[in-house]
Amino acid sequence: MSTDILHRTQYTFSIGGIHPRANKLTAGSPIRKAKLPPNVTIFLSQHLGAPAVCLVEKGQKVKTGTLIAKPQSFISAGIHSSVSGVVEKIEAMYDPCGYKRPAVIIRVEGDEWEESIDRSPDLIWKTGMSGPELVSRISDSGVVGLGGACFPTNVKYILPKGKTADTLIINGVECEPYLTSDHRLMLEKADEILIGIEILKTALSVRSAVIGIEANKPDAAELLSIKAADYPGTEVKLLKVQYPQGAEKQLIQALVQREVPSGKLPIDAGCVVDNIGTAFAVYEAVQKNKPLFERVVTVTGPNVAAPGNFLVRIGTPVRSILEECGGIPDNTAKIINGGPMMGKTLVNTEVPVTKGTSGILLLPEESACRKTEQNCIRCGRCVNVCPMGLTPFHLDVLSRHTRIDELETGGVLDCIECGNCSYVCPSSRSLLDYIRLGKMKTAHAVRERNKK
Amino acid sequence: MNVLVSPVILLGAIGAVSAVLLSITARFFKVHEDPRIDSIAEMLPGANCGGCGYPGCRGLAEALAKGADKKDISALKCPPGGNDTMNKIAAYLGMTAAQTEPTIAVLRCYGTLSAAPSKYRFDGPKSCAVENMLFSGESGCGYGCVGNGDCAAACTFGAITLSPVTGLPEVDPLKCTSCGKCVTACPRNLFEIRTRGKKDRRVWISCRNTEKGGFARKNCASACIGCGACVKACPEQFSAITMQNNLAYIDSIKCKRCGKCISVCPTHAVKATFEPPKKEENL
Amino acid sequence: MNQKTVISLSPHIKDSDTTEKIMRRVAIALLPALIMSVYFFGLRALFVSAWAVICCAGTELCIQKLLFKRASSVHDFSAIVTGMLLAFNLPSNIPLWQVAVGSLAAIGAAKMTFGGLGKNPFNPALIGRAFMLASFPADMTCWPLPHAVDGLLNFTRSGFDAETGPTVLALIKENVKNGAALDTLRSTLPGYKNLFLGFTGGSLGEVSGAAVLIGCAYLIFRKVITWHIPFFYLAGLSALTGLFWISNPQIYADPLLHILSGGALLGACFMATDMVTSPVTVKGQIIFAAAGGILCGAIRIFGSYPEGCSYSILILNAFVPLIDKFVTPVRYGKN
Repeated sequence: MSTDILHRTQYTFSIGGIHPRANKLTAGSPIRKAKLPPNVTIFLSQHLGAPAVCLVEKGQKVKTGTLIAKPQSFISAGIHSSVSGVVEKIEAMYDPCGYKRPAVIIRVEGDEWEESIDRSPDLIWKTGMSGPELVSRISDSGVVGLGGACFPTNVKYILPKGKTADTLIINGVECEPYLTSDHRLMLEKADEILIGIEILKTALSVRSAVIGIEANKPDAAELLSIKAADYPGTEVKLLKVQYPQGAEKQLIQALVQREVPSGKLPIDAGCVVDNIGTAFAVYEAVQKNKPLFERVVTVTGPNVAAPGNFLVRIGTPVRSILEECGGIPDNTAKIINGGPMMGKTLVNTEVPVTKGTSGILLLPEESACRKTEQNCIRCGRCVNVCPMGLTPFHLDVLSRHTRIDELETGGVLDCIECGNCSYVCPSSRSLLDYIRLGKMKTAHAVRERNKK
Repeated sequence: MNVLVSPVILLGAIGAVSAVLLSITARFFKVHEDPRIDSIAEMLPGANCGGCGYPGCRGLAEALAKGADKKDISALKCPPGGNDTMNKIAAYLGMTAAQTEPTIAVLRCYGTLSAAPSKYRFDGPKSCAVENMLFSGESGCGYGCVGNGDCAAACTFGAITLSPVTGLPEVDPLKCTSCGKCVTACPRNLFEIRTRGKKDRRVWISCRNTEKGGFARKNCASACIGCGACVKACPEQFSAITMQNNLAYIDSIKCKRCGKCISVCPTHAVKATFEPPKKEENL
Repeated sequence: MNQKTVISLSPHIKDSDTTEKIMRRVAIALLPALIMSVYFFGLRALFVSAWAVICCAGTELCIQKLLFKRASSVHDFSAIVTGMLLAFNLPSNIPLWQVAVGSLAAIGAAKMTFGGLGKNPFNPALIGRAFMLASFPADMTCWPLPHAVDGLLNFTRSGFDAETGPTVLALIKENVKNGAALDTLRSTLPGYKNLFLGFTGGSLGEVSGAAVLIGCAYLIFRKVITWHIPFFYLAGLSALTGLFWISNPQIYADPLLHILSGGALLGACFMATDMVTSPVTVKGQIIFAAAGGILCGAIRIFGSYPEGCSYSILILNAFVPLIDKFVTPVRYGKN
């Protein structure tokens, strides 16, 4: 590996940021196919927006890749079966938060794929489709943002009236500690990713794409840089190792030096941002006719016996993949869907993998609970690290007393919930908990006000 | 002596001039206020709880004075003051006040620490609003009390305390003024303002879980399973109990506190402030 | 899995720094000044410091446990730091009962009445000092000269009276009142080197500028404070005193003399940098420190007190909420 890559300029965002330990235990583990479980639980809401409408019935036979739910409205996405078998039941199941949500449970029988899916490993460059046709194909394949937010991808490429984009930004940052699924995908599927980016460029009618990669992944940055030479307009830019480098707003500022105005979307800064895994899913959807029904998940944790990166079918219970990692360590206290900074805790390991699951992190008892909250000592560390330039200690107090007006002017709706404030607070205050509560109440108040 | 003369004259003069200036300003800048408002405010409890819907007791006093001009104070009520206070104020204004039944805040949940044991551990601030925002709660029931005391903190009369035995809030009937602060504070809407009932007798369903019986029972032994036994037990002439979405509800106005529904409930979800009548022998 | 799963909101990892660790670092940073105070004033200096710490911690413990009936938070080391800083503002021959009264004012009135750590608007140690100066003016302004003690073991009050003297700043102020030229006075004052090392009269912690700076460097290195407040406080002080010194060097002392004498270094490095009573943004801190330094210079030159450091910081503490309200950090997306 040449040292040239490390001498390149490292871009970064200008406000705030922290440097947690990376703990990329699985950076060197190649992606393995996870074993098929006996049954899968596929929630009808695997994306932002309205839940999908179920198309199958109990007892119906499905194949891997069969459409089982269609999008309900514009901001919605379809869902395809990730296995072949029989639909056992369609009922409300406990989701990661412990609330009941409608889901389709399929009993797995064999692994028969839909005939239209191209399973050959050959690389296909040309698409022969126009922009709108590509967007339509992406929509039909149920592709959503795999960075964690799960926004229906096709919607991002149907630009609102009057808005234009000049740059496509591909997020290969993966700034969360522990997670390595994007890293491995870049190393193992670089060609497919670059073709996927070309497809997205055509869909957006832009000529330039920038792939942002954090400097702690020099091998991926080097590989993609070399291969990107064959794709004019696509370039790789190195980013400084800092959290939250991969946050959409911060990424746009670092790569193209533009800020997304408060309350607006990236398109208002002339950009569309998509995760590198999404680019790969787009390649498979367009060139291989393969809908989104499996994704790479990092299973890791300080005490996990054999952590690794797995290609998992959507709906697989977490327990099933953990068995391949040496089982759940005895002193596990927290099961997290995602990374340690923004991930959601799961109630148990029966919870299934969804389109937005980028990692499963198991934390032991000693690092599971917070220390007792103390008084705020006004040290200002939370202010220094907030990437949106807010004053978390103040927003925390305002939320506790429900001062909606001051919360709104204080910018609580701009909070990206990155977790930097709670991470640094020396008094172990639950800053982000209350800021989230304040955000919820303020958003509700703003909605009520706009109704009138 | 000479030393004292000039200061005395000077200060005296300053005092006199100030007095004149103050009396002139007091007359020219006087704020005319309805004298009734002061009198009404004195009759009110003075707790400023907001239960009437107005900002503080003075706010209600102003509304009552305005209402008296319009010859209609029927919509105004002071929950802590009750009928006694409203009658006194109405007499002062030369009107009659609407008589209302005394009410009290009732907790519609009996998911105690033993009935709904915790399956998970919540790690975060002691706030019901935060825990509710995050997940269903330690017992797994997404409708029940999470026991962090937002209601106790909201109560300005000190009527709510959290019981360390049951883990649930307890309403002190002597202190509760049914101002309604706990109703808004509870993120799960578990409090309801219900009539106190003659001789303090009242009955209610201590559950708000609308899931199918089997699922509800998995998380809490006191859950309403929607079997309908209470609906059948309620005498037809009262018909106080209705069933909707697997959950029973007792209308506190129609209910005549006969107590027949209490012992028929298989999960003891029907709670009362009195002992149920003994079942009649079938002759 | 043997235990119940823990459910919480993100983030699920945490920086290992705690309030206790931060306060402990401040206490460690004060040790060089403590050592130098013992060198100059004998073991009584150590005794006064330890007694102040005991009084402050004791007051906090009693108020929290007996009055509030809650768990005590003395283990967060903040009362201990306040005790040390209060002691550093006192002469070594201060009667111990007065130290106890000062501790009561510092912790009881200036900190606990507002709600404990983090809620006080004023620096508790400075309130304690101001309270003691107003209540016991004679005892608070009677500083023993260094090495006026016979041997390290002299920790009683006896034999001190003959060896006390005014500080450098008091002498300069007296000189200005008399209208005498500064040069003639200068020959009797300690030179810069002696002032810097601590061979001068004054309170326990303020005499040795060298020790204070070592402590300050440690705090900056351990990322407890940043360089901005100490630098801009001293810059403000130098700017104002420098202006006057240039206009008339015979009446006004030069900025270096001002920085090295009195409590300027101790105030700039340890009092003004108290995180509870200083602004949260860097820009705010610069405004706070610069204004404080200028005000300190103004009190020294125009005021009737020879020393203006503690009052300048206390006055600026009152402005901190205003500074924090208007000096807000740069917001993303608001340009």
